[in-house]
Amino acid sequence: MRGLSRDRLWSIAVLLPSVILLGVFVYGFIGRTVYVSLTDWGNDPAQALATNPVIQWVGLANYQELFSGFLQGRFRQEMVSTIFFTLFFILGCLGLGLGLAMILDRNPKGEGLWRTIFLFPMSLSFIVTGTIWRWMLQPQGGVNQIPTVVGGEPSTFGWLSSTESIWKFDWNKLPLLTAVVVAVVLGVLALRALRAAQRTRALVAGLCALMLLAWSLFVGPNLKLLAAPELHGFNLALIGIIIAAVWQMSGYTMALYLAGLRGIPEEIREAAKVDGATDAQMYRRVIFPLLAPITLSAMIILGHISLKIFDLVYAMSGPDNTFTSVPALNMYLTSFRQNQFALGAAIGTILLLLVAFVIVPYLTSAFRTEESH
Amino acid sequence: MNPSTRFTPGRAATYALLVLAALFFLVPIYLLLATALKSPDAISLTTTWHWPAALNWASFEEAWAKIGGNMGNSLFLAVVATVLAALMGSINGYALAKWKFRGANTLFALMLFGMFIPYQAVLIPLFQFIKSLGLYGSIWGLILAHVVYGLPITTLIFRNFYADVPDALVEAATIDGAGFWAIYRKVIFPISIPGFVVVVIWEFTQVWNEFLFAATLTNTSSQPVTYALSQLAGGQAVSWNLPMAGAILAALPTLLVYILLGRYFVRGLLAGSVKG
Repeated sequence: MRGLSRDRLWSIAVLLPSVILLGVFVYGFIGRTVYVSLTDWGNDPAQALATNPVIQWVGLANYQELFSGFLQGRFRQEMVSTIFFTLFFILGCLGLGLGLAMILDRNPKGEGLWRTIFLFPMSLSFIVTGTIWRWMLQPQGGVNQIPTVVGGEPSTFGWLSSTESIWKFDWNKLPLLTAVVVAVVLGVLALRALRAAQRTRALVAGLCALMLLAWSLFVGPNLKLLAAPELHGFNLALIGIIIAAVWQMSGYTMALYLAGLRGIPEEIREAAKVDGATDAQMYRRVIFPLLAPITLSAMIILGHISLKIFDLVYAMSGPDNTFTSVPALNMYLTSFRQNQFALGAAIGTILLLLVAFVIVPYLTSAFRTEESH
Repeated sequence: MNPSTRFTPGRAATYALLVLAALFFLVPIYLLLATALKSPDAISLTTTWHWPAALNWASFEEAWAKIGGNMGNSLFLAVVATVLAALMGSINGYALAKWKFRGANTLFALMLFGMFIPYQAVLIPLFQFIKSLGLYGSIWGLILAHVVYGLPITTLIFRNFYADVPDALVEAATIDGAGFWAIYRKVIFPISIPGFVVVVIWEFTQVWNEFLFAATLTNTSSQPVTYALSQLAGGQAVSWNLPMAGAILAALPTLLVYILLGRYFVRGLLAGSVKG
């Protein structure tokens, strides 16, 4: 089956339509979005929906506007919200999913039924989930009424309406914080490379980390994105949305972990038992390390879902609640309600960068290992 | 019997935790049913947890009147888009798994990227493109979008599925003189049923549940049910029995698929994490 035989040509020919379609719809459209984000299309409402709008190249002005413009505080809060949301959503799904999988791994009776119960929310739309949980989290009803069942006072927590936030920080410190975090990550990478005796890699990572640290010591503190301090933090109203999201998606991590646990050969567990390991030791020393790759791939899948989530927010607190909004929702509103296409495209591009940051290393490593098999 | 199935404090704790977890997953469903079956004047925030004294099925009729047409749109959309994406994915998966050429993996990784992109990053050009084809507001524009962005996952699932088909089968057929298409028709396609089941369930669910394209590319006459439900539930004056009944209706098709064919649903779920 060597050379360009007829069959081989067919195999390329059948792939061609999909390759062209995806080339246009994914890469072509991304390119177009990036281009639009560098123009002023729609910033003048009169031009937005004109048949032949006058569009001017404005470079990075839209990005500058989003990160430091007077009017775009909402976007900056959303960036912070989406990071907190992603963090707690992933932690919740991993924790609950692993717990459920470990319980099911003990072979309880009716395992199939339990699994069905834990997984069914996965089959629902985020809109359906959002509609149900919106009712659960009404300020004077649902969850807040639970204490009355045992004779207590109803709770008054504003699940979706709270405007309070915690862990606030000044947006002006963002470059500084980012630089420090990246420097720490690079430092860890450098140490690991050093231990694996990869000298070049250790040197490059270490030098970059040092440069970033120096920058954050001497330049970072004096950098001001905004004229005045602008505080952003974790809005408490997001808690309800995170709970609903975990309700919907933790079955997924349970399924992943359960498949992983069932894939661990019985001999390994028995060998650990023979060596005198207690249950806790066996989990910590033997089973959890074996589940690490699953955790990583779950984090990546959940992370990309979380960064682009917006329908759940739309259904739970409506499109106009700025305290629970996320960039993915803002992009839709900016582009298709206000017709500010350039600004919307810039938000879309930022989202893409966030997701690509997570996905590209994953896809690259997945296919590099496969290629070498 | 396995000694671990005997009743011990450890077993009791296992079941206690299971019941507790099941409550977290099922309580919203109880509230959903209770509210959908209440008559509007029986709904008050302080009695949300009470089971209705008299069952009122009228909410379902009313909700159906409002979103039944959209359910039809969704059904047509999901069936057509799923069939097209599944067929194309099957051929793609076959070509990628059984006729490996240089760079096939790179090409496949580039295709897969389309599964992960936030659709917000392509939405504006997509909207323009669909509009320029004259398909804005028609269900066909939505079908086009769903087929294209469904291709990565259907290709992925079929590629992994066909990778498990022994190469010897294909080689034997080649020696018998069968070509690319004959092998697909006579060897590959007949054993693809489990693959198709997984892909169809997965893709149908995805398309049925999608919201962003639904909100952007359609208008009133072609809106799928997710969008209609969000409108139904978003209004302030509406009594809660109506959106709850609507949510049940909108959830029913995918829920049924999941309950009847859960095994295959989970397989699609696991395939979605790239390495099946």
